[in-house]
Amino acid sequence: MPISRRGFVAGGSAAVLLPSITGAETVRDSTGRDLPIPGKVGRVFPAGPPAAILLYTLAPDLLLGWPRANRPEECAYMLPDICMRPEVGRLTGRGNTANLESVLALKPDLILDVGSTAATFVSLAERVQQQTGIPYALLDGRFDATAATYRTLGELTARQNDAAKLARHADDTIKTTTGRISAIAAPARPRVYYARGPRGLSTGLGGSINVETIEMLAQNVAGASQGGLANVSIEQVLLWNPDVIITIDQEFAASVRSEPAWSSVKAVRDGRVHLSPKMPFGWVDFPPSVNRLIGLWWLAKILYPDKFSEDIRMLTRDFYTMYYHRTPSDAQIDHVLAGRD
Amino acid sequence: MTRSVGPGLAIAIGVLVAGLLLAFTVGRYPVSLADLFAVLLAKATGHSADVAPAIQSVVLQVRGPRVLAAALVGAALAVAGTAFQGLFRNPLVSPDILGASSGAALGAVTGIFFSLSVLAIQAFAFAGGLLAVAAVYVVGSVVSARDPILVLVLTGVVVGALLGAGVGLVKYLADPYNQLPAMTFWLLGSLASVNVSDLLPLFGLVALGTAVLIALRWRMNVMSLPEEEARSLGVATGPLRIAIVAAATLTTSASVATAGIIGWVGLVVPHLARSLVGPDFARLLPTAAILGGGYLLVIDTLARTAAEVEIPLGILTAVVGTPFFIWLLTSMQRTWS
Repeated sequence: MPISRRGFVAGGSAAVLLPSITGAETVRDSTGRDLPIPGKVGRVFPAGPPAAILLYTLAPDLLLGWPRANRPEECAYMLPDICMRPEVGRLTGRGNTANLESVLALKPDLILDVGSTAATFVSLAERVQQQTGIPYALLDGRFDATAATYRTLGELTARQNDAAKLARHADDTIKTTTGRISAIAAPARPRVYYARGPRGLSTGLGGSINVETIEMLAQNVAGASQGGLANVSIEQVLLWNPDVIITIDQEFAASVRSEPAWSSVKAVRDGRVHLSPKMPFGWVDFPPSVNRLIGLWWLAKILYPDKFSEDIRMLTRDFYTMYYHRTPSDAQIDHVLAGRD
Repeated sequence: MTRSVGPGLAIAIGVLVAGLLLAFTVGRYPVSLADLFAVLLAKATGHSADVAPAIQSVVLQVRGPRVLAAALVGAALAVAGTAFQGLFRNPLVSPDILGASSGAALGAVTGIFFSLSVLAIQAFAFAGGLLAVAAVYVVGSVVSARDPILVLVLTGVVVGALLGAGVGLVKYLADPYNQLPAMTFWLLGSLASVNVSDLLPLFGLVALGTAVLIALRWRMNVMSLPEEEARSLGVATGPLRIAIVAAATLTTSASVATAGIIGWVGLVVPHLARSLVGPDFARLLPTAAILGGGYLLVIDTLARTAAEVEIPLGILTAVVGTPFFIWLLTSMQRTWS
């Protein structure tokens, strides 16, 4: 009973409960917890979709599986053998679908979670780490923390060089897009409504993770109240009268032009309703991970066409090659940009 | 109990008219009274109104359909609740007693899970409600018992719990970023996404169910008596029960398919109507319908105007309904004794 005795001596401290590995060093995660990391991390369990995507972009070979199995259409944009790895469930977020014993059976060297660093999730991470004895890294999932999150993940997986490259690219993307519009005062920026759901009446409130990129570049019409996702009425949308509507719902995008109730909304009148690309991962949110970086360019071009002359097709090809490790064909890029799935 | 129908019905109609006026005149989008009447008058006479198109679209496409849908859904749930409370001779019964809401919920979340269109989700919900009640009825009638009503209620509770587990399973499997919020919103009930094309089917189904119940009003009075007494008065209780359950389920499923799960209306409004006009179904049914429509109009007006964000109807009806129901219980114990 070496573990329990040591745990008893140490008063139950999580760090001591972990099996000691010679040559282990500690890495500090986004929540300030020092994790003992084994010398060579070869198998990583992703706690949720944002973690799986982040890890895939940096070190696909380490990914044990996906929270949900990918569809074959999605795998056309990724490394096929990694993309087809099995479904392993998700560990935190709203409801676990992964069983701790099956997590242990996969023998991960590290559990990686990317998302909120609020106390709930820190304590959850702490608890799973104590139960399993596997270091559980919780990294900041906020969009503007992407570069820092890459660097931390680089240290955790000993892929510092690759991580630095991605971190620099992420930083450049954010700095270039926001820098070019920094002279435009907030009230002069386009007013954007983010429409979800088949009738376009769910939206992200101020500060919600779903509208981080939109709020980075423009005004979120629903930003006055802070929160997550909420339902609103069409009357409220009419009152906001947004300049631009960004949606992830194909059905809504197809029907909004012929919907009489929406016809007087400025964005609809001006033909500025834009369907977000979503293959293999969404460009605006859904899931909220590094897939939003290319979406930032896309949004910038939609919102400020005269300030962003870059070819979105080239940007897409480069981003997919660098992050998803596979260069898409012209036909695939067309498919992605059309917002089809 | 000798109560004249006049004042009670007048109060109910007053509530409905006040609800209609309130609902049409207030909203997130400012519409002046003059513009409102100009648009409505123009619509009624077939002329075009001299009002900004945005305001026309608010009144005719957004607020109008929503107000009418709220009145219809409220009436439907109240009528169904009244019918079920009478049929089961139990004041605690609400329209979802036989699993209509749970069945509709399972249908709707399944539709959302497979990313179907709004119309398909509504159709799934409607069919789910009907199928659930049909299943309850079939199971309930296979079991031969001395008290068929009790068996029916128990079967409803059990099947409802099973369907609830099914809803839980679908939510558990759903994608947490997109589908799960949609399911949660749907289950809390809302009229936010009602549009003009929803109105005709809703009206048709609710009108059909209500008409059947009103046509059966005298027999429903007899059904409120114990089974043996009803039979001895020459009422074929079996077929009549099927007709009542089918009609009430039709109205419930139609309203749940349109607005999601809205509790309380079908439980509280029948009591209120009974306190106004007494237990005779001939006047209880129309009063409950009118009162239910007015009640949900007021609630829905609150739901869409109180904040920038919609407040789910299921939450508001409970917050308003619970204290009201407690007050009702303490102030009118004599009605049930």
